[in-house]
Amino acid sequence: MTSEREYPGTPLTDGQLRRGEVLLVEHEPNARYAWDAGVAIGRSLAELKKGRLVGRECYRCRRIVVPPRMFCEQCFRPTDRWVYLKDSGRVNTYSISYLRWDATRVAKPSIPAVIEIDGASKGMGILHLLGGVKPEDVQMGMRVKAVWKPPRQREGSIRDIRYFRPY
Amino acid sequence: MGSIEQISQIENIRYVYGDVPITFQYTQGIAGERFLRELMKNGRFLGTRCAQCAYTYLPPRLYCERCFASLEDAWVEVGPRGTVEAVTVAHLDLDGEPLAEPQTLALIRLDGADGLLVHRIGGTGAAEVEIGTRVEAVLRPRRQRKGSILDIRHFKPTSS
Amino acid sequence: MGLRRVAVVGAGMTKFMRRAMETGRELAWQASSMALESCEMTRRDIDCVVLGTAPDTFDGVHMKGEYLADGAGGWQKPVMRGYVGGGTGVFSPIQGWYHVASGLFDTCLVVCEEKMSTCLPHPQAAFLTIFDNMLERPLGPNLIWIFALEMHRYMTVHGVSKRDIALVSVKNKGNALDHPCAQVAQKITVDDVLNSETLVWPVSWLDISPVSDGAVALVLAAEHVAKRVTDKPVWIDGVGWHLDSAYWTNRDLYYPKYVEYAARMAYRMAGITEPRKQIQIAEPYDPFSYKELHHLEGLLLCGKGEAAQMTADGVTQRDGDLPVCPSGGLLGVGNPIAAAGLMKVAEIFWQLRGEAGKRQVPGKPTTGVAQAWGDLMQVGTVTVLRT
Repeated sequence: MTSEREYPGTPLTDGQLRRGEVLLVEHEPNARYAWDAGVAIGRSLAELKKGRLVGRECYRCRRIVVPPRMFCEQCFRPTDRWVYLKDSGRVNTYSISYLRWDATRVAKPSIPAVIEIDGASKGMGILHLLGGVKPEDVQMGMRVKAVWKPPRQREGSIRDIRYFRPY
Repeated sequence: MGSIEQISQIENIRYVYGDVPITFQYTQGIAGERFLRELMKNGRFLGTRCAQCAYTYLPPRLYCERCFASLEDAWVEVGPRGTVEAVTVAHLDLDGEPLAEPQTLALIRLDGADGLLVHRIGGTGAAEVEIGTRVEAVLRPRRQRKGSILDIRHFKPTSS
Repeated sequence: MGLRRVAVVGAGMTKFMRRAMETGRELAWQASSMALESCEMTRRDIDCVVLGTAPDTFDGVHMKGEYLADGAGGWQKPVMRGYVGGGTGVFSPIQGWYHVASGLFDTCLVVCEEKMSTCLPHPQAAFLTIFDNMLERPLGPNLIWIFALEMHRYMTVHGVSKRDIALVSVKNKGNALDHPCAQVAQKITVDDVLNSETLVWPVSWLDISPVSDGAVALVLAAEHVAKRVTDKPVWIDGVGWHLDSAYWTNRDLYYPKYVEYAARMAYRMAGITEPRKQIQIAEPYDPFSYKELHHLEGLLLCGKGEAAQMTADGVTQRDGDLPVCPSGGLLGVGNPIAAAGLMKVAEIFWQLRGEAGKRQVPGKPTTGVAQAWGDLMQVGTVTVLRT
């Protein structure tokens, strides 16, 4: 490779696209899905509706895992029993998001976090949002507790927990 | 000893509905852009010819897939008439619903080309089209052409 | 091990661009024909093709491997496509390697391509299903969340600041000014990085690599062919790959264990017992600035938590003791997912042959390592190259 030669590739600018200088074809795949929750997540969602977090225990490696799974991925055997967990935990890591899913900006940021759940094995975290707290007041390792939607509004979704709040 | 639990309570079976919210915007490529612009502006079909392999690509390619030579400067005019190599009639649309009118589709070898073009068959005598029938392109009026393969309305059997 | 020696004998690439006019096939052909020309071989000399390309959803083409195949010289040849997310760019030459090392084929063309510009509103939307559809997507996540969470964990465990990490962006975007294919090369300062838009704290705009279109290709050959084709073969002396679980919230993200396991596999094969001493040049995967530090530690090129200091001390500059990302990396050259990793392998190839032009590191390096990473913080892929 020498630095002087011209490399192939024809870059296009936004301006060229807007001015219609390039022929484009658009297609919307309209991809829609109905995902089976499966045994473990199905139960997990049913428990969320009742205001509870649930995990599974593997007797061989002695882990209580959350999200629950019907087989232990490390021992490669079925997990053994359901375990009810607390709805509190510790912040393992968090961030402050000014982006929506489609990369558009929001003025009021959200606070995604990985929260290690009490009652599960050490390091067993779930993804959720922190709330009821200013972003600048959040600390790593903070103790947080779930704030639930009222029972009648719950749907059997991870959003039945509105967010986790420091306590 | 572990056990896999069976779903004994129906309310535990759940689906979660969702989608992947994207649209695609395709460029036509170096070769495709030239092909469609020529069709749009001048109503002509262009292919690219590899002299080494004695093969004319339609739709045109930027390169020969056989010997990998560049075909950037190897444009040739093909058609506008051609021969039907395969033909079928479609009765269902993309969602599996019945079409209002059955649609005849064909693979067409334009004169001078080795590759085949897929398109609709229409016009008088469409129902009688079979392998070997000679056809010609029916283009939309110049002002209605957009640089799309649909600038061709369909292929119709030639009168001769 | 009973396997044959395999060398890289040629390489080629396209510019990395935000949006290319070329179709994916045309990009693949441009990179492939340049790679073949560089070692005066033809498509007829190629026995098989390995294609690396990330999800069909980016290009919007079903069975993208089959679609790209004839642009990658695969017409009427044995073709295999592999995909491990961002790890693909270094995984593909590994797949190419075992095609030849096994004795099944004498030559292999390895091609990696990506055309992300097709995907609207933004390729990030195609990434959404990387999250658990039931337990995570309802929270409305953006892909950058996972990097921000990992970056913050890394910073907290090791006491590394955004300022320390910004040095990587400054170095790589600056290095890329000497790369003729670079998309986002620029001379910036640490303050530029810190003042750039905060996307998902602690990740700022200048901490991330762009969305790109591009393709890269390598020609691999068995020893007896390599020696005929070139007097400077670059041997693939070590390969390693490793996958961790998709339960990313059950792992401590401060350290990429899967990169270490992949590195150990490659080092064992290459006879490397003291990586920091025996490796002279490194191209770890740098889609985000902190990832270069994260991966340097996973590659055992420094102790845990030491990468930031190593960077601040200038060790990783082109004229430093261990040049890291002399190409300019993903941060400077661009990130067409699969092609990006292969660009790093191509860079080591050119550097070891003294052909990297203005990017050439001094000291005639003989051993280099390229590494890529991908999926949900899961996969490590590593190759060790030697002259």
